Amino acid sequence: MKFFRQSLIVLSSILASLLSFVGSANSDGHGEFKLGVVTFLSGPAAEPFGVPAWNGGKLFIKLLNEGKAPAPYNKKGFGGMKITAIPIDESGGATKQVQEFRNLVQRDKVDAVLGYVSSGDCMAIPSVADELQALTVLYDCGTPRVFEDASYKYVFRTAAHAAMDNIAIAKYLIEKGHDISSIAGINQNYAWGKDSWKDFSVSIKKLSPNSEIKNELFPKIFSGQYGTEISALLNSKAKVVHSSLWGGDLQSFILQAKPRGFFKRTQVVFSAGDHVMPGLGNKYPEGVILGARGQYGMMAPDTALNNWFYKAYMDEYGVFPAQPPYRMVQGLMGLKMAIEKAMDNNGGKRPNKDQIAEAFTGLEFEAPGGLVQMKLGNGHQAIQPHAIGKTAKDKDGNIVVTDIVRYKASCVNPPNGIKAVDWINAGFPGADC
Amino acid sequence: MIDELLTIFLDGAIYASWLFIVALGLTFVFGVLKILNIAHGGIYALGAYSTATLVPIFYSLGVPEQFVILTMLISALAVAIVITPIMERGILRRFYGQDEVLIVLVTYAIYLVLEDVQKLIWGMNSLYVSEPRELLGALEFGSLYYVGYDLALIGLAIFCGLFLWLVLNKTKSGKIVLAVIHNPEISGCMGVNINKVYLAAFFVGAFLAALAGSFTAPLISVQVGISVAVVIESFAVVIIGGLGSIPGAVIGALIIGMARAACVHKLPEAEIFIMYLCMAGMLIFRPKGLFQGTQARKI
Repeated sequence: MKFFRQSLIVLSSILASLLSFVGSANSDGHGEFKLGVVTFLSGPAAEPFGVPAWNGGKLFIKLLNEGKAPAPYNKKGFGGMKITAIPIDESGGATKQVQEFRNLVQRDKVDAVLGYVSSGDCMAIPSVADELQALTVLYDCGTPRVFEDASYKYVFRTAAHAAMDNIAIAKYLIEKGHDISSIAGINQNYAWGKDSWKDFSVSIKKLSPNSEIKNELFPKIFSGQYGTEISALLNSKAKVVHSSLWGGDLQSFILQAKPRGFFKRTQVVFSAGDHVMPGLGNKYPEGVILGARGQYGMMAPDTALNNWFYKAYMDEYGVFPAQPPYRMVQGLMGLKMAIEKAMDNNGGKRPNKDQIAEAFTGLEFEAPGGLVQMKLGNGHQAIQPHAIGKTAKDKDGNIVVTDIVRYKASCVNPPNGIKAVDWINAGFPGADC
Repeated sequence: MIDELLTIFLDGAIYASWLFIVALGLTFVFGVLKILNIAHGGIYALGAYSTATLVPIFYSLGVPEQFVILTMLISALAVAIVITPIMERGILRRFYGQDEVLIVLVTYAIYLVLEDVQKLIWGMNSLYVSEPRELLGALEFGSLYYVGYDLALIGLAIFCGLFLWLVLNKTKSGKIVLAVIHNPEISGCMGVNINKVYLAAFFVGAFLAALAGSFTAPLISVQVGISVAVVIESFAVVIIGGLGSIPGAVIGALIIGMARAACVHKLPEAEIFIMYLCMAGMLIFRPKGLFQGTQARKI
C-alpha cells in the first residue's frame, strides 16, 4: 500500500512536470501570457458593449495566436507568447470589480488585465492596480478624470476620453452651419452623462457665446421610459438636443421619440450613437448627427488594417463592427506593441511588467481607427483621430452615415497637462486642426 | 401655461398607467398570499420577451394588423399559464406560513433564476417590436404629438383596475377571495379550497405582470435587465398606496406619475429622487400606506 502511494506521488510529479513543460513550450517556445479581460457579459451593458467587444477581442486573440493578423501585428501571440484570456464579467459595481481584479492578479496570476467599460470601474481600479503593481489597460471607459486627477505607473488607457466626442460634435455643428442658438440635453445621471453634457455645453458656449441652454435633463441610468423627457425637450423648442445615452437607454429613447416626430422637430446629436445601429437597423432615425467615440464602424478610415479587421469581424459574426470591438482590439494592439517593444529592448527575452510599462509610456501604434498616441497623462492616456457624421437613407432604404468630417487627434484633444474642461474654457489653445 | 399643464397631466397619466398595471399584480398577490413577490419583475420581463418573440411571427403570418393586440394578450396569458404552477405549486407553497423574510429571499432567488432563463432562451441580444405602437397613430395635444398606443395604456390600466375590483367585490368568487384575505383558517373551515384560491390569485398576479411587460415591449428595447427598475418602482407604488390595496395602487401610481412628470418639466434636478421622497414621506407619516386600514389584533 505504501509502495503504491509513493509510486502515485512520483507519477503525479512526473506528469505535472511534463504538463508544465508543455505549457511553457507552446507558441514558439516563448511560454504563455495570461490576460484577464474584464467587460460586461451580463446586465444591460452586455448586449451593446461587453459582448460585441469581447467578440472582437476573442477573434483578434485567436488570429494573433495563429499568426494570421497583418503587419505590424503578424508575430504570433504577444511576442511569440501564446495569449490565454480569462474573461471576467464587469457587472456588479466597482466594489465587486476591485475584488475581481485582486482575484485575477493574486489568485490567477495574470500578466496583465485589459478591461472596463464603466467609468465608475475605471475610477476604482487604477489605485489598486498600482498597489499590486499589475499592468492594466483600460480599453473603453470615457471619463477624463482617470489621468486628469491622478497619475499611475502601471495603468494605461488606449482609447481617447469622452471630451473628444463632445468637442468634435460642437465643432461639427458650427462647421456645417447648424442653428445652435439654443441647446438642450438628455444625459444619464452619472459621471459619463454629466461629463459629456458639460464638455458639449461648454464647447458650444465657447464657440457660440450667444447660444442659450434651454433644458438639461439627467434621467437615471437604465430608466427605459422617456415619454415625459421627450415632451419636455419638445416643449423647450431647443434647436439642438444633445445626448450621450447608450445601450438599451438609447434604443428605448429612439423607439419612443421617433413616432412623436422628435427627430424632425429638432437637430439631435448622439455623442456615442453608432453602437445601436447594428441592432436597430432601419429603425434608426435619419438626420441624426453622431459620433462613434473614434473613427469606427461606418466612420472607419479606408486603410488596409481597418479593411482587414472589418471583414474579419463581418465574416465571423455576420454584422458590422461598431465601436466596442474596435476599442477592445485597439487595447490589445497597444498591449502587443508595448510587450514586443519591451522584448526588443530586453534582447528578445520575456520582459517584466516594469519594462512593459516603460515601453507603453508614450507609445504610438496604428489601429483600425487610425494612429493612437499615448500623449496625455504623461504618456498613459491615448489620443486618436475622430469622425462625426450624419445618418441618411441610401438608395436601398438602408440607414448609412454620410457627410463625415474627420478631425485630427490634436484638434479635439487637449494637450498633455491640461484638463479637458480647462482647455475648452480657455478656447482650445494650441488645437491643431 | 395651459399647454404645459396639459402636457404634465398627459405624461403623468401615461407613466402612472404603466406603473399601475405593473403594481396591480404585485399588490394583489400580497393581499391574498401575503407574499412580497420580487420575482414579479422577472415575470414582467418574460411577458415582454414572449411578446417580442410572438409578434414578429404574427406579422409573418399576414393576419390583419388589428389582431396583434390579441397576440400580445395571448403571450401574457402563456407566460402566466407556464409560470404559475412552477412558482406557486412547485416552490412557494412549501414556504407558506414561514418567516416573511425567508419568503422574500425565495422570491428574490426565483427572480435571479428568471433572469438566467431569459439569457438561456433569448440570449444577450435586444429584441425590438415597435410595430404595435404604430397601430393607433398619433394625436395632437397642444403643440405636441402623442402616440395613440401610449394613450391607450391609460384605458388598459383603468380596465384592469376596474375589472379586478368588480370581480373581487361583485362576484361570488371574488367574495371567497376576500374571505380568504381576511382569514384563511376560518375560510378553510367553511369549505373554501384555500390552495385553489392561492393558485388562482397567483395566476392573476402573474398575468398582470406579464401583461404589463407585453404592452411595454413595443416601447422599449427588450433586453436582459429591464426588470430591475420595474421591481423598485412598483414597490414604491404599493408602499405609498398600502400593500394589498387596489385603490392604494391607483393613488400610489398617480402620485409617482404626476410628481415625476411635474419634476421633469419644472424641476429636472429633483426627478431622480422624487419617487424616493414620496416613499420616504409615506413611511414617516403613514408607515402602512394610504389605504392600509387598522388591523384588529388576533387573540
